[in-house]
Amino acid sequence: MTAIDEPGIRRATALSEREVKRQEREARNKLTSKGATIAAIVIAIIWTIPTFGLFVTSFRPGADSSSSGWWTVFTNPSFTLDNYFSALTSGGTALTLGQSFINSLAIAIPATLIPIAVASLAAYAFAWIPFKGRSIAFVAVFALQIVPIQMALVPLLSLFSRGLTINGVSVFPGFDLRDADHSFATVWIAHAVFAMPLAIFLLHNFISEIPGEIIEAARVDGAGHGQIFFRLILPLAMPAIASFAIFQFLWVWNDLLVATIFAPSSSLPLTQTLNSLSGSWGAQWYLQSAGAFISIIVPLVVFFSLQRFFVRGLLAGATKG
Amino acid sequence: MSNWTRRRRLLVPMAFAGAAALILAGCAESSGDGGSGKTTVEISGGITGGEADALNKSFDQFTKDTGIKVKYTGDKSFEGNIVTKVTGGSAPDIAIVPQPGLLKSLIGTGEVKEASDAVSKNVDKYWGKDWKAYGTDDGKFYAAPMLANLKGYVWYSPAKFKEWGVEVPQTWDELIALTKTITEKSGGPSWCAGFASDAASGWPGTDWIEDLVLRQAGPDTYDDWVSGKVKFTDPQIKKAFDSVGEILLNPEYVNAGFGDVKSINSTAFGDVAAKVADGSCPMTHQASFLSANFLETKTAAGAAPKIASDGDVYAFVLPGEEAGQKSVEAGGEFVTGFSDDANVQKVIEYMSTPEWANARVKLGGVVSANKGADPSLASSEFLTETMKTLQSDDTTVRFDASDLMPATVGSGSFWKGMVNWIDGTPTDKVLADIQAGYEN
Repeated sequence: MTAIDEPGIRRATALSEREVKRQEREARNKLTSKGATIAAIVIAIIWTIPTFGLFVTSFRPGADSSSSGWWTVFTNPSFTLDNYFSALTSGGTALTLGQSFINSLAIAIPATLIPIAVASLAAYAFAWIPFKGRSIAFVAVFALQIVPIQMALVPLLSLFSRGLTINGVSVFPGFDLRDADHSFATVWIAHAVFAMPLAIFLLHNFISEIPGEIIEAARVDGAGHGQIFFRLILPLAMPAIASFAIFQFLWVWNDLLVATIFAPSSSLPLTQTLNSLSGSWGAQWYLQSAGAFISIIVPLVVFFSLQRFFVRGLLAGATKG
Repeated sequence: MSNWTRRRRLLVPMAFAGAAALILAGCAESSGDGGSGKTTVEISGGITGGEADALNKSFDQFTKDTGIKVKYTGDKSFEGNIVTKVTGGSAPDIAIVPQPGLLKSLIGTGEVKEASDAVSKNVDKYWGKDWKAYGTDDGKFYAAPMLANLKGYVWYSPAKFKEWGVEVPQTWDELIALTKTITEKSGGPSWCAGFASDAASGWPGTDWIEDLVLRQAGPDTYDDWVSGKVKFTDPQIKKAFDSVGEILLNPEYVNAGFGDVKSINSTAFGDVAAKVADGSCPMTHQASFLSANFLETKTAAGAAPKIASDGDVYAFVLPGEEAGQKSVEAGGEFVTGFSDDANVQKVIEYMSTPEWANARVKLGGVVSANKGADPSLASSEFLTETMKTLQSDDTTVRFDASDLMPATVGSGSFWKGMVNWIDGTPTDKVLADIQAGYEN
């Protein structure tokens, strides 16, 4: 090996630093221009207009909304909080929007935690525990992502309500759903099941990239699978777990179909009441604008508080090598 | 740093333990409410908003008398979801089914219970034969009708009619003459229409056509048309399209308050109410339920419109070819039971009585075709009139044809055909396309 003197190294690093800075400048010049900035701002404004219109509508009296457009507030301002009040107290179905808001939280939080708990364990096993048929099993799990959710609704519901009996042997007795009035278990299970393929895939890709040396070192130190998982894998995989948590939470929060099919009538989520607010013939559609802004609060809070994980985590599972 | 890792080390197992505890709690809860004899009867249906609240309230007296609680849950996508729920073995106790076609497919799953003798007797006594037939399949009677709405109304402004010096027409020819007169006197189009209704866009148009078929070709041809014996390409159906086209495809007659003929497709069906109320649209064709959409509208002066024969808004039944013709098209719901439970059966029976009809009608906004119910309880002069028309023995009632036809036509090619027709597709092509829906 040829020895390099210290100044040589320093020169080399200084050179490369300068090189990097030059490249950065170049890239910045290439990528930014006034025209592009203006175009981006204009696009952002145009994209926000419908949401802004909905926001304005949510504060307008119902009679105004049904006879004139929201832009008329600039010439003829008249605002009220009535829409928010009646949206929260009248659900247009058995529940009010306020009650179903709580239901939505009760559905979305466990329906995010359960798949993460199961999928991170499964992903660890697929990535770091060698067993026969591992790759085939992994591919099979991810292949389930192709099955459309609508195809699984009836069989899963039938399993819940009637159970499963093969050749007279009761494999699964089924829940007594017809008499249940307030219960979340079926919705949680359904959401967890439907989320599993993507969750395992995303977390597996991230966890399998953790350097093998770390895990070997832990093993040499006498750590078992449990310790490796809880002390190494989970902390290191946090960005991926958080980004999947955001995905899953938003998806469950916005879900209407799965909850309507699986939840008993007292446990229906926000989306269901929001959908019913306008009434059979859509006469009270303006209440939906207020309801939409009530329902948007939670996803916004979740998104902004976990945003830093989101950007990091999105790339985490996406690229390999 | 070390502090943070230690905290995290604790947090993670706690999160897992928490998740596990929640799962167990949820399982325990779901099996808690069992027990014999239902104390709460669950009803589900497509009715939402204020009407759903009123429906829940209509059982107050019943609950007080019997101790049976009744809980109604509305769902906008009920028509699709109920089939999934029933096939999956998780049917509600009672479903309020708005279409006889859907009722037939539910009966096909084998989960629907036959109506009890008491319900059957009530229906014989209080409803016409036509109504009972829609709840019957293969000779067995399953579902009693609940509420009803009358299609084929023309909403107009009595005040404006007075101003123009015109009268409510008695025949179709008079209606066309009236259309011309109003256009001349007001200097603008005399009709407005809105076909937009999300995935169901076009249905207001099917009501127009059905009304004309029923009035021009008669109830028998109408029945044959529904059952598919008379094709869409038949001259009698084409005649109905041509008659409606005299109004809806004439740029001089539509679309008051909105734009040209094509704007019919982009106008939401409920939005026309606002234009009728403020006087910018002289006439529109819509069912009795449009009265709900007038509650949040304003007249040109800014006041709430008065729905009365001498007020700001009222409606007349679309006239037939001859004066005094009594064939009307109606819509309605059917009470379908999925449980033999004694309490569930009691609720179903109660819903077929005039007592329940009175309780619900009194709460406003709806009418019943139950002949034992009291029309004077309806919440407005208009609804009282509607109820009398529906209850009358000389009224021939036919159910909405598009709700009776197979879904590929009734809620498929027929709806789409109406939209294309307004967009300018020639009538013959539209008719052939709708008929082709039978082959899907």
